[in-house]
Amino acid sequence: MIPEIGHFALIIALFLALCLGVLPIIGAARDNAVLSDTARPLAYGQFVLLAIAFLCLTYAFVADDFSVLYVAHHSNSQLPVIYKISAVWGGHEGSLLLWAFLLGGWILAVAVYSKHLPGEMVARVLGVMGLVSVGFLLFMLLTSNPFDRLLPAAADGRDLNPLLQDPGLVIHPPMLYMGYVGFSVAFAFAIAALLGGRLDATWARWSRPWTTVAWVFMTAGISIGSWWAYYELGWGGWWFWDPVENASFMPWLIGTALIHSLAVTEKRGAFKSWTVLLAIAAFSLSLLGTFLVRSGVLTSVHSFAADPKRGIFILSFLVVVIGASLLLFAWRAPKIGLGGKFDLLSREALLLSNNVLLSVATASVFIGTLYPLFMDALGYGKLSVGPPYFEAVFVPLIVPMVLMMGLGPLARWKKFALPELAKRVRWAFASALLIALLLPLTMGEWSAMIALGLLLAFWIIATMILSLHERLGGHGNFMQRARGQSLSYYGTQVAHLGVAIFIIGVTLVSGYETERDVRMDVGDTLQAGGYEFRFNGVTDVQGPNYTAAKGRVSVSKNGKPVTELFPEKRQYHTSGMPMTEAAISTGFLGDLYVSLGEPIPGSTGAWAVRVYIKPFVDWIWAGTLLMGLGGVLAVSDRRYRMRRRTTTNILAAGSK
Amino acid sequence: MKLRQKRFMFIVAAVVGLAAAVGLVLNALENNVSLYFTPTQVANDEAPHGRSFRIGGVVEEGSVKREADGLTVNFVITDMHKSIPVVYKGILPDLFTEGKGVVAQGRVEADGVMRADEVLAKHDENYMAPEAADALKKAEAAKAAAATPASAPAASSTTE
Repeated sequence: MIPEIGHFALIIALFLALCLGVLPIIGAARDNAVLSDTARPLAYGQFVLLAIAFLCLTYAFVADDFSVLYVAHHSNSQLPVIYKISAVWGGHEGSLLLWAFLLGGWILAVAVYSKHLPGEMVARVLGVMGLVSVGFLLFMLLTSNPFDRLLPAAADGRDLNPLLQDPGLVIHPPMLYMGYVGFSVAFAFAIAALLGGRLDATWARWSRPWTTVAWVFMTAGISIGSWWAYYELGWGGWWFWDPVENASFMPWLIGTALIHSLAVTEKRGAFKSWTVLLAIAAFSLSLLGTFLVRSGVLTSVHSFAADPKRGIFILSFLVVVIGASLLLFAWRAPKIGLGGKFDLLSREALLLSNNVLLSVATASVFIGTLYPLFMDALGYGKLSVGPPYFEAVFVPLIVPMVLMMGLGPLARWKKFALPELAKRVRWAFASALLIALLLPLTMGEWSAMIALGLLLAFWIIATMILSLHERLGGHGNFMQRARGQSLSYYGTQVAHLGVAIFIIGVTLVSGYETERDVRMDVGDTLQAGGYEFRFNGVTDVQGPNYTAAKGRVSVSKNGKPVTELFPEKRQYHTSGMPMTEAAISTGFLGDLYVSLGEPIPGSTGAWAVRVYIKPFVDWIWAGTLLMGLGGVLAVSDRRYRMRRRTTTNILAAGSK
Repeated sequence: MKLRQKRFMFIVAAVVGLAAAVGLVLNALENNVSLYFTPTQVANDEAPHGRSFRIGGVVEEGSVKREADGLTVNFVITDMHKSIPVVYKGILPDLFTEGKGVVAQGRVEADGVMRADEVLAKHDENYMAPEAADALKKAEAAKAAAATPASAPAASSTTE
């Protein structure tokens, strides 16, 4: 009964989405307030129904209803409750439902927090989002209904893939999807602006906080995914350039370009067409990401679906969305104009160059990800494009990007004089260069790549200090000046500092990590990176739904005990899948990472053991955390709140 | 004149940048694509010499042997038609098992043995690496063409 309620709720939600996608847009076009005003109630109704559908599926999981096909495939009665809930998005159908539910949530948020916007704008934005919702709900109901029944019911479920039974994977997909779906708001604002023919600084100001929030979610989602891969896959890597990772990285890169471009459009009225194009691209790439991961066209850990019908549907949906938006863009963009003028040497030009570099980076990821698919489809044989390609392309792109990133916040809008700017930053550059050249000497072997990475990182930090000094330094009240700066200024600085911390992490871990695969008998010791690892054998332990061989490794430094690590090799009961569970001791200066390979046959308790020393690896995620925090600070800026308060005041005054 | 010069500078900068980016991408693709071959193709000498490539297939039953150091592993990748022996030193992925799909990347030396520097077995219990599945399909077709229909089911039984 409950699954049927969920199914019906989805069908009614589709109907409401259809109304939402048609009525308000017609209303806005014909200046019909009655039709326009249907947008909000429809948005509320749609959200309630999607929430009901989502709760029904969650209930089916928690109650072990194995007469639902999707539940039988992705859950098991032995599964701990928290993983039963996260199993809702552990497969194709459920993640689509999550997508649709989150989209409903974003639509609701726009409906609630848009009281200060003109009615026709709200109608158009909600209408466009309604159309996106139609696409997803149709897709779900036609090809991948999570509520399909399995009769007779299965005695027990097939279990959730053990890789997904992890706290990281409980939050990674919702975060990432919040980002993906969030870009639909930026997209809807752009399309609404094109439809209305009004594309100005106010438009940019409205869509900016939404875009930044989506970007923050996406940043968090990707970093949680990367962190999960690091500790769960047992390989000690944090980024694999796997097509599924690339699928989320592309919209992130374009989204980064978009938030910077929106800033210029809001402040200077420049880049209008470019910003609209980026908004369309960011959402299209989000859809492409969903398509790549969910159609089964790629094959990696994440893609469990393999049904061509689905692929064709998403591909057509993609073609319709991108085609229609670009057509609309081509038709309307000439009216918008290019916006404000600026010089070749100006903050605008620096931001534009970085926008272009980010787009080129996206294109290179796009090519590397899709090239093998095209070659395969065209019958040229199978091939793979691995990390060396992406590294070879990314390093030369990132160097100029980061150099300009340091200059951007210091440079003047419209036009700056190069000698004057060079004079301002010379000490920042000199100190960054000095640190970059000397620091590697204290850490071990000196190499040009490490020095380059550190130069980039310290360049960002040095220019940041310079900027803070210029704004806050001097005589008089420091606190007053510090408070005088906008939160979005601090947001920028924190996010840029995050990039610096991230670069330090990446540079040092790739430069100085130690990896050792060794055979260890009980009592054996291994010297690595100044630490001594002693293997004390394994014992068998029982988990809730698995049996594990649990190893004990004592780590000491100079004879003093540092920590004990307990890596596990698990065997899951239902699926019979083995899983390596690495043991990691996290520290400010780096991680100690031990994972079990396999028992060595014909020995007494010896195992193949993998030991890593990962210096500064956590700085990678600390950096992404700071980037996200910067985004949060930027959206907390007073001017977004002030704006709302003043408009409500005006409205209140007007109604008196 | 000033405006025209400025616009010209913008265009020149854009063209130079774009050309550099395209060159970079093409160069990186040229050097870093790893091609994939089936054991049959390798046995027929279609794979490049002295360059790293991938072989896909199934780990032959009973072929996995570990050396005394516990880390060096010898096994055979087969597409049920031809087989290529592989040596790998290191820890194998969780799902590496005899009779299951596998992809190995490395060089094949003059002795016909692949020195693998990467072994992938990314699949769950029911899923086979696409390259491995493809290798089996090709071998099966080749066998059918060789008119030995009785042995064809051998390949399909491994895909479960």
